[in-house]
Amino acid sequence: MKRARVAYGGVIHEATEAAGRVRLGSGELLEASEVVWLPPFEVQTIFAVGLNYADHAQELAFKPQQEPLIFLKGPGTLAGHRARTRRPAVSFMHYECELAVVIGRPARHVPRAEAYQYVAGYTVANDYAIRDHLENYYRPNFRAKNWDAATLLGPWLVDAADVPDPMNLKLQTRVNAELTQQGTTAKMVFDVPFLIEYLSAFMTLGPGDVILTGTPEGVVNVRPGDQVLTEVEGIGELLSFIVEDTADAA
Amino acid sequence: MSKTAWLNLYGHPAPLCAEVDPQHHSVRLGAREFSVAAERWEVPTRGNVYGVALNFRGALAALGAATGAPPYQAPPRAPILYLKPRNTRIGYGAPIPIPAGVEAVAVGATLGVVLARSTYRVPASEAAQCIAGYTVVNDVTIPHESYYRPALKQKCRDGFCPIGPWIVEAEQLGAADAVAIRAYVNGKLALENNTANLIRPIHQLIAEISAFMTLSAGDVLLVGLPENLPLARVGDRVAVEIEGIGRLENPLVAEAAAPGRS
Repeated sequence: MKRARVAYGGVIHEATEAAGRVRLGSGELLEASEVVWLPPFEVQTIFAVGLNYADHAQELAFKPQQEPLIFLKGPGTLAGHRARTRRPAVSFMHYECELAVVIGRPARHVPRAEAYQYVAGYTVANDYAIRDHLENYYRPNFRAKNWDAATLLGPWLVDAADVPDPMNLKLQTRVNAELTQQGTTAKMVFDVPFLIEYLSAFMTLGPGDVILTGTPEGVVNVRPGDQVLTEVEGIGELLSFIVEDTADAA
Repeated sequence: MSKTAWLNLYGHPAPLCAEVDPQHHSVRLGAREFSVAAERWEVPTRGNVYGVALNFRGALAALGAATGAPPYQAPPRAPILYLKPRNTRIGYGAPIPIPAGVEAVAVGATLGVVLARSTYRVPASEAAQCIAGYTVVNDVTIPHESYYRPALKQKCRDGFCPIGPWIVEAEQLGAADAVAIRAYVNGKLALENNTANLIRPIHQLIAEISAFMTLSAGDVLLVGLPENLPLARVGDRVAVEIEGIGRLENPLVAEAAAPGRS
């Protein structure tokens, strides 16, 4: 099953997918453009993995690490499908198409072989980076990776049972319909079971926690007016609109 | 002198408002009066907890010339943040679990500024209106030298962020730009510093952070960790005390070995 959280008619609804349309609990069927899309679940701790595709790490001139590079993000950076993301007055801001793994149960000391039992489902993430704001302290720092409405999740949370092999999904990004990024989750340096084992070895994960698993090569600059479509095979197509930051105080 | 504070007591369904005495560690709740140590405490806010790295002059100075060399290349330009996620937060008196193999942890004595409202692009001159109150935080940290990569393993262990016992309302304190911060290990004074030594004072910090991200009502901003933090071990009892706000005490216990499904 595919689930979403949408705002419609002044109410937040838990919706499901019905032949590409949005079905509210009442049975009412709506088009994607008729609702306001929110992140598809109540998001708790947000983990993001940096440099988790060898090709993207090379693109950024990094050597692959021995241990995953994981950073946290706050809730203010979240946004849903079809969100508007402001671009501050910088020279380089890029999207990152990622598979997002949503935790479904409390998880502590989970061995790799049992990791999938703790996954509720998957969604698509577009985790924008404001490259000009990168600094070498707790890198990637919040100012570069925690811009408001710059971490899109959605449209759907796809039940784990409906994703037989999350480690073999194509990822791609189109900017204004032009293909700019392509990859496959098969090329992750640290795969989903490893990441769950790694994190749960030193901290307790809980329902609603989400792991953004990193992006492959092919990140390009985006500008106001651009439409960015990040897609993970079988999970969804997440649309994003870049707009000008009209009151740029950054 | 008593002050109005917000608190969460174990077994109570909602936050309470009480008169507290930060000096004598006592609470007056309606007709009832009790000492802090006599109650079980929950974390006084459900907001997010954001820490600011290297915001004490002495802490940045301790890095010395390293800030100009690889991997840093330059001193920090904007506030450097980190999160203490929900698994880290515990109340007054709750045990801090120390993982096997961790010999000692730093007592991260700091002031927590609690936000009153959604705060974005607020200038320093208006930041006071965004502050609901102040609390005491122990940002427990496994000592580490490098600030280059996010310190999840060092800062985000279960129970590594005691907060409380309460939030003193901002009006009761005025500006918190020159309050003493102290840490104790087993009752012995082990650290003394003052928010007068912040590189970015509180209002400036709110302005510079809210320039790039929204802080929300109930969020807690940790103003920074002083240099030379004391170390503590399993069996120790640690306390963080902030002048005019309160004293936060927690024991350190050995983390239960691999509990499996929790």
